[in-house]
Amino acid sequence: MSLGKVRIFPLGDSALTVEFGNVISTALNKKAIALANIFEQARFPGFIESVPAYASTTVFYDLIAVRRNFPDFPTAFEAVKDIASKAVSELADDTEETSRTIEIPMHFDDASALDLTFVAKMSRLSPDEVVEIFMCRIYRVFMIGFLPGFSYMGEVDERIVVLRKESPRLLVPKGSVGIAGKQTGIYSLASPGGWQIIGRTALEMFTPGQKTPSLLRAGDLVRFVKADHQLLLADAQACA
Amino acid sequence: MSLLLQKPGILTTVQDLGRNGYRRFGVNPGGAMDRAAARLINILLGNDDNEALLEMHFPAAELLFEAKATFAVGGGDFSPKLDSDAIENWRPMAAKKGSTLRFGGKASGNRAYLAVAGGFRLENWLGSSGTNLAAQIGGIDGRKLDAGDRLGFRKKTGKNKSVDSRRISTSILPPYSRFPTVRIIAGPEVQSLDKRGRASLVNHDFSILNNSNRMGFRLSGEPISLSKPIEMISSAVGFGTIQLLPDGQMIVLMADHQTTGGYPRVAHVISHDLPLLAQLGAGDKVAFHLIEASEAEELALEFERELSFFRIGCKFQAQSWAS
Repeated sequence: MSLGKVRIFPLGDSALTVEFGNVISTALNKKAIALANIFEQARFPGFIESVPAYASTTVFYDLIAVRRNFPDFPTAFEAVKDIASKAVSELADDTEETSRTIEIPMHFDDASALDLTFVAKMSRLSPDEVVEIFMCRIYRVFMIGFLPGFSYMGEVDERIVVLRKESPRLLVPKGSVGIAGKQTGIYSLASPGGWQIIGRTALEMFTPGQKTPSLLRAGDLVRFVKADHQLLLADAQACA
Repeated sequence: MSLLLQKPGILTTVQDLGRNGYRRFGVNPGGAMDRAAARLINILLGNDDNEALLEMHFPAAELLFEAKATFAVGGGDFSPKLDSDAIENWRPMAAKKGSTLRFGGKASGNRAYLAVAGGFRLENWLGSSGTNLAAQIGGIDGRKLDAGDRLGFRKKTGKNKSVDSRRISTSILPPYSRFPTVRIIAGPEVQSLDKRGRASLVNHDFSILNNSNRMGFRLSGEPISLSKPIEMISSAVGFGTIQLLPDGQMIVLMADHQTTGGYPRVAHVISHDLPLLAQLGAGDKVAFHLIEASEAEELALEFERELSFFRIGCKFQAQSWAS
């Protein structure tokens, strides 16, 4: 793709961000993930890691190692910027992606769905309708951040969009599934948080002992299913 | 052959230079707040720069050497005493079996480091022994240390009683102060500040608030405003990123910061000066001085060259401590 609308800037003296835009969009997110993967696969000397976000990729590097390995560039930033620019120009305009689809079994009982009644009230729907609408969509994991293994997913159906809580909960239970605007996410660990909690999963979203500790990764597709009756067909029938 | 925590101190954790490669899964690198202090005392002891050590806050831990060992303390000066003798920061010291290390009072700084020659025997998680308090893993069971915790030594050291007169030359130590001028480079949203905000950033002092911690330092000072509101979506942030909060105050992200953030990034503290900031506590002040990214790189390179020279001498010396 052309570098036209892409912004490349330093994020401190040991990282650089490639920004494709400033909106939440699947097309831009695909580019961010594809670019992060290029860096991970063709690791340049001094490369530490790449982090895809909604519409940007940040590359962290060891500036000392980059300076040693790229003496022709005046700075480490210029050297990494050159590598990043070339990688961006090699990205296809319409980025292909092979996504995994992961099923997340959910509980919607009162103890799990802490804000379901509130969300229903705000949406002028019944709690059951909120749940059905929520489960009808397949969500894209745009990025992992905030907590180890916390997934930022979208987009939530307009009918059940609610803003985050005015004052965050001091402790959101582990596994809680929340809505914040058009985003949905799973609290991989117990944590303070302000998203409206509509259910909970018992699935471990973050397993420290594993080499890939997070169950989800950017680019995954997520389908929520009811833990008590995992019949996909029955759910699908409700999604008219 | 271990170090026993008789008293845990208010927040004592195992740290190293951080856990890289897992930010994309939301796992932050963490690591020592004052990387310079951690590296310097490790190098002094002949250790790898990245060797795990203890990071202590004040009131600090009380530690019993259950075997003799060579150790060093650095970073903040918490008035260390080995049994009845006051000892100095930044010097290799020999502890006898049964010696107790205590910290009598905070003379300077807010984070002190304790390393032993040869390092501690610790489990490794995703390439690091450092404690990740959010994920509750690394260090010892992913938590701050408690009374009764034991850290095993990997090597027998402490042969020479009077270790030697080597100490870290003051020229290589960070110029710690309770009111440092810390150099920053511009962040991607600095152009979105209004004219007054851009001036305030570098012309005013900022105080560190008491709700500051290993995740971030909250600053209080002249409110800073944007020339017009900007829409932000979350993206990666780093150790030293200075974010502007909606109330016009700033937060500097520190070692345990979240991997991503959605507030305007007005600036970044340069790597070279992060240790100066890392030693500040509530009530201390900081001033910012804006430099070019290329200068930040030169400062980092210069420090690295100094460390290289220092490392050569220390490696040789450390061989005499093995027993």
